[in-house]
Amino acid sequence: MRRAALEIAAVVLVAALAALGLPQVLELFALINATVFVSMAVLALSLGLIWGYGGILCFGQTAFFGLGGYAYAVAAINFGDTTLAVPLALAVPTVVAAALGYLMFYGRISDVYMGVITLTTTLILFKFANSTAGDEWNIGSAPLGGFNGIPGTPPLNWPFDPASQLAPEQIFVVAVVCLALCYAAARLILRTRFGRVAVAIRENELRAELLGYDVRLHKLALFAVGGLMAGLAGVLFANCVFVSPTMFSLSYAGQVIIWVLVGGLGTLLGPVIGCILIQFLTTRAGSFSAVDPNLLLGVVFMLAVVVVPKGLLPSARTALVRLAKRGGA
Amino acid sequence: MSLTRRDALRTALLAAGSTLAAPAIMRHAALGAAPIKVAGIHDASGGLDIYGKPMVATLEFAIDELNAGGGLLGRQIELINYDPQSNIQLYTQYATQAATKDHVAVVHGGITSASREAIRPILRRFRTLYFYNTQYEGGVCDQNCFCTGSTPAQNVQKLIPYALKTWGKKVYILAADYNYGQITAKWITKYTRDGGGEVLAADFFPLDVTNFGPTITKIQAAKPDMVISALVGGAHISFYRQWAAAGMKKQIPMGSTTLGVGNEHILLSKEEGDGIVCAFSYFQEVDNPLNKAFLEKFHAKMGANAPYISELPMRTYIGVNLWAEGVRRAKSIDRMKVIKALEGGISLDTPAGKTTLDPQTNHTTLDVYLAQVENQAFKVLDTFPDQPPLDTQSVCNLIKNPNIDKQFVVDVKI
Amino acid sequence: MDYAVIVALQILAGVATLVIVSLGLAVVFGMMRVINLAHGEFLMLGGYAAILAHGHGLNLWLSILVLPPIVVGIVGAVVERLLIRRLYGRMIDTMLATWGLSLAFIGGVTMLFGNSVTGISAPLGSFAIGRYHTASYDLFLMGAAAVLSLLVWAVLKLTPAGLLARGTMQNAEMAASLGVAPDRVYAVTFSAGAALSGLAGGLIAPVSGVLPTMGTAYIAKAFITVITGGAAMLTGTLAASALLGSVSTVFTFLTTPVFGEVALLVVAIVLLRLLPRGITGRFLRRAL
Repeated sequence: MRRAALEIAAVVLVAALAALGLPQVLELFALINATVFVSMAVLALSLGLIWGYGGILCFGQTAFFGLGGYAYAVAAINFGDTTLAVPLALAVPTVVAAALGYLMFYGRISDVYMGVITLTTTLILFKFANSTAGDEWNIGSAPLGGFNGIPGTPPLNWPFDPASQLAPEQIFVVAVVCLALCYAAARLILRTRFGRVAVAIRENELRAELLGYDVRLHKLALFAVGGLMAGLAGVLFANCVFVSPTMFSLSYAGQVIIWVLVGGLGTLLGPVIGCILIQFLTTRAGSFSAVDPNLLLGVVFMLAVVVVPKGLLPSARTALVRLAKRGGA
Repeated sequence: MSLTRRDALRTALLAAGSTLAAPAIMRHAALGAAPIKVAGIHDASGGLDIYGKPMVATLEFAIDELNAGGGLLGRQIELINYDPQSNIQLYTQYATQAATKDHVAVVHGGITSASREAIRPILRRFRTLYFYNTQYEGGVCDQNCFCTGSTPAQNVQKLIPYALKTWGKKVYILAADYNYGQITAKWITKYTRDGGGEVLAADFFPLDVTNFGPTITKIQAAKPDMVISALVGGAHISFYRQWAAAGMKKQIPMGSTTLGVGNEHILLSKEEGDGIVCAFSYFQEVDNPLNKAFLEKFHAKMGANAPYISELPMRTYIGVNLWAEGVRRAKSIDRMKVIKALEGGISLDTPAGKTTLDPQTNHTTLDVYLAQVENQAFKVLDTFPDQPPLDTQSVCNLIKNPNIDKQFVVDVKI
Repeated sequence: MDYAVIVALQILAGVATLVIVSLGLAVVFGMMRVINLAHGEFLMLGGYAAILAHGHGLNLWLSILVLPPIVVGIVGAVVERLLIRRLYGRMIDTMLATWGLSLAFIGGVTMLFGNSVTGISAPLGSFAIGRYHTASYDLFLMGAAAVLSLLVWAVLKLTPAGLLARGTMQNAEMAASLGVAPDRVYAVTFSAGAALSGLAGGLIAPVSGVLPTMGTAYIAKAFITVITGGAAMLTGTLAASALLGSVSTVFTFLTTPVFGEVALLVVAIVLLRLLPRGITGRFLRRAL
C-alpha cells in the first residue's frame, strides 16, 4: 500500500508541475499539441489497464474514444452548455462497453475472437459515422457531419456558465489533471481485491474460475472502466482538436495497440510514455520532406520490436537495474 | 555474437530517433534581411497526395519566381511546407503552428472542404490570412478567407446545360459522401431542374469505397441519359474502371465535376476515360501565350517530375500572385492592410485567363473552360470568359457585413 | 428476371473477391498462427507488380497471374527470414512488427511511385443478360477463386509437401523429431501465403484503384473473414466468405455500399457470438 501511495504521489507531483509549469514555458501551439498528446495518453492508459492487467486484448478501444467525443459534441451543441454534456459523454461509452462486454464475456469469447469483435465494432462505428454527411443526419440541433465530423465542437466552459469558455491553457491543465486522476484510479483499482482478481484472471482464467471468482463479471467491470477512461480521452480530444470519424478509424485503433506495446505491456506508465513518444515522432515526421513519414515510423516500429521487445519502460527498468548492479558490484 | 548485432540495431534506433528529434521543417528561403514567411499546408502523402503534390510544386514555383524577381517589399519570401498526411487532426495542428509559432503572413492550403473548414476558424481566431485555392462547393463568407477556386455557379453551371443539350434530360448523380459531394449534388440537381431535366437518383459513397458493381447494376436499372460524377480520391477511380469493364462506357455518357483534378484522366486508360466531359477554370491544354510560357518554365524547372497541372495547382500559383499583388499595393504584410488592398479590386492576367478578385465575397471572377477527355488529355470544347461567383454572391456580402463568418449551403432537396 | 440473374452474379463475384483476398491470410494465420498485418500491403505490392509490368509491355495475363505471386513470394521469403522468424510464438510482437512493416511498405511505395501510376483496364470486355451489361472479368474472378481454393486443397491434401506442412502445423515438435525442419516449413508456408496475397493483388488490380493505401481497405475484411471461418483453414475461409460476401452484396443492393459493409461486420459479430470458435469450430470440424 505504501508503494502505491508513493507512486501516486510522485505522479501527482509531476502532473502538478507539468500543469502549472508548462503553460508558462511552452508557446500556444506546443501547448495545444501537448493537450492532444495528453488526451491520447489517457486512451493509451485505458488500454494498458484492461490489456496489461486484465488480459483483455481490445482491438477497438477507439470505439469508446469516439463515442465519448461524439456524445460530448452532440450534447454540448444541444444543451448549449458543456457542464451536463461531460457526464453524459462519459456515460455513453461506459454503457456501450458494458453491453459489448456482456455480449463477449458472457459468451465465453476470448483472445483473437474478442480482438476481431472489438475491431469490427469500431469499424462499424467508423463506417456509420462516415456516412452521416447528409442533411437528415442530425441529433437534435447537432449535424453529424459525416466525413467532416463536427468542426464546431464547443470547448469546455466553466460549470453552468456557458458564456465563459476555457482557454487552451486551461484545457491543458484539465487534461493533465484527468491523466493524473486516471492513473491514480487505475493504481488504486489494482490494489483492491477486485483488481487483484482481475490480474489473477489474466494469469490463468480457468484457475480463477475454479477458485470461485466470477470471471465474467470481473472482466465486464474492468472493460467498462476501460471504456469510461477511453470516453474521457475522447472528450479531451474533442476539446483540443474536433470530433470526426477518424476517431473510430482502423489506423487509430492500431496506433493505441502500438503505444501500449512500445511503452510496455503490463505497466501503467509505459503506455503513457509510448503514446507521447510516438505521437511526437509522428508529428515531427510530417515536417520531414526527405523521407516518407510512414516509412520512417514503420522502420522505427520494426526496430523497436527487435531491440526492445518488452517495451520501452520494462527495458529501461531492466537496463537501469543492470547498470545499478554493475555500478554496485 | 548476437550482442554485437543487437548493439548495431540499437545504435540504428538511436540514430533514427535523434534525426527525428532535430528540427527539420523544410525551408525554402534565401538568407538575408528578415524574410516574409508563408506557410503551405497540403497533403503530400496519404490518399489525397494526388491533389497535394502538384499544389506544393506550383506553390514552390510561385515563391521561387517571386524571390527571383527581388522578393516582396525588398524582402525574400520563406516558404514553410507542412504535410498533414491526409489526416485532418494534423491540419489543425499545423494551422495552429503556422499561425501561433511561425507567425506567417499568409497560409495557402486546405484541399478537401473538410480540411478547409477545420483550419478556417483557427486561422481566423489567430488572425492569419488564409487563401483556399481549391475548387469547392461555394458559400464561404469570411473576410479572412480568400477562395480562389471555381465554384458550382462557375463550373457546374456550364457543365449541366451542355449535358442536358447533348445527352438528354435524365440525370443520375454519384457523389463523394462528405460536405463537398453532398452540396455539389444539390447544385447539380438545381441546375438540372432549371434546365428542364430530372434527377433520377443521387448516390453517395464514402471516400474508401472501391466496389461499385451493385451501383453499376442499379444505374442500368434506372435507365438515365447520363451519369454526373462528383467522386473524389484514389479509391473512387475504381468506379470509372468498373464502369468501362461492364461495357457501360459506350452505353451512357458521363460528365464529372471532379475528374481531372486528381490526374484521373492520366491514370485511366483511353477506353476508360475518353468522352467524359468536365468544366474547370483551367486545363493544362488551354491555349494562350501566358500558359505556354508558364508551362515552359515549369517543365524546365521540374524536368521529368513535372506533374500534370490541373485547376488546383494553377489556382495555387495564381493565389500566391494575387496575395503578392495585394502586399505590393498595401506596401505591407499587415493582415488588415492586405485584406483592404485585396478587396480594392485586383485583376491579374494569368495562364488560366483573367482572374479578378470580387470584394463582395472574397472569391474570384474567372474564365471557365468546358473540356472533354481524349487520349488521356483534355480537349477544350468551349470557353466562357469572366464568370462571376454568382452562387456565393447571392448569399454573401462582406462589404455590408464584414464580420460575418459562415458557410452558406444552397437550399435544395434532392 | 434479368435483374435477378445479374444480382446473383454480383453476389458470386463479391464472394469470390473475398475468397481471393483472404486466402493468403488464411494460409499464414491458419498454418502458423501468425497475424500478418502487412497482408494488405502484400496485396498492394502484387497490384503494383502487375500494373508496372503491364505498363512496361508485359502481356496482361502474365502481369496479373504470373509475376505478382513470384515477386511477392520472394518478398515474403525475405520478410520471413529477417523479421518473422525471430517472433514465432509471440503473437503480439508479430502484430507490432507486421504493422510496422505495413507502414514501411506504404511509405516506401509512396516514395518510389507516388500515386500517378497508370492502371490496367479489365480485360475480356463485357457481356449482356437481357438489357443489363456486366463485366466478364467478374466471371473470371469467380473462376480464379474456385481454382485457387482447389489448388490450395490439392497441395495440402495430395502432395508430400502439403502433408509435411499440415503435420508441422498440428505438432511442430513431433514433426521435428520425425526429421522435418520446422523452420524450413514455416519459411515456405509464409512465402506461399505471401505469394497468394500477391496474386490476389494482381487479380483485383484491373477493377480496384491501385494505390499505396489500397491494402488498408482489404485487411480488415480479410482478417474478419479468416477469423470468423474458424480453425479449419480452407473450409472456414470459404464458408465465411460465402456468408459474409452474400450478406454484404445483398445489403449493398438494398441500401448503399456503406450499409453493405456495416451488414458484413454486424453479421460477423453475431456469428462469433453464436459460434465462439468460428464457423468451423462447430461445423465441419474435421475438414481441412
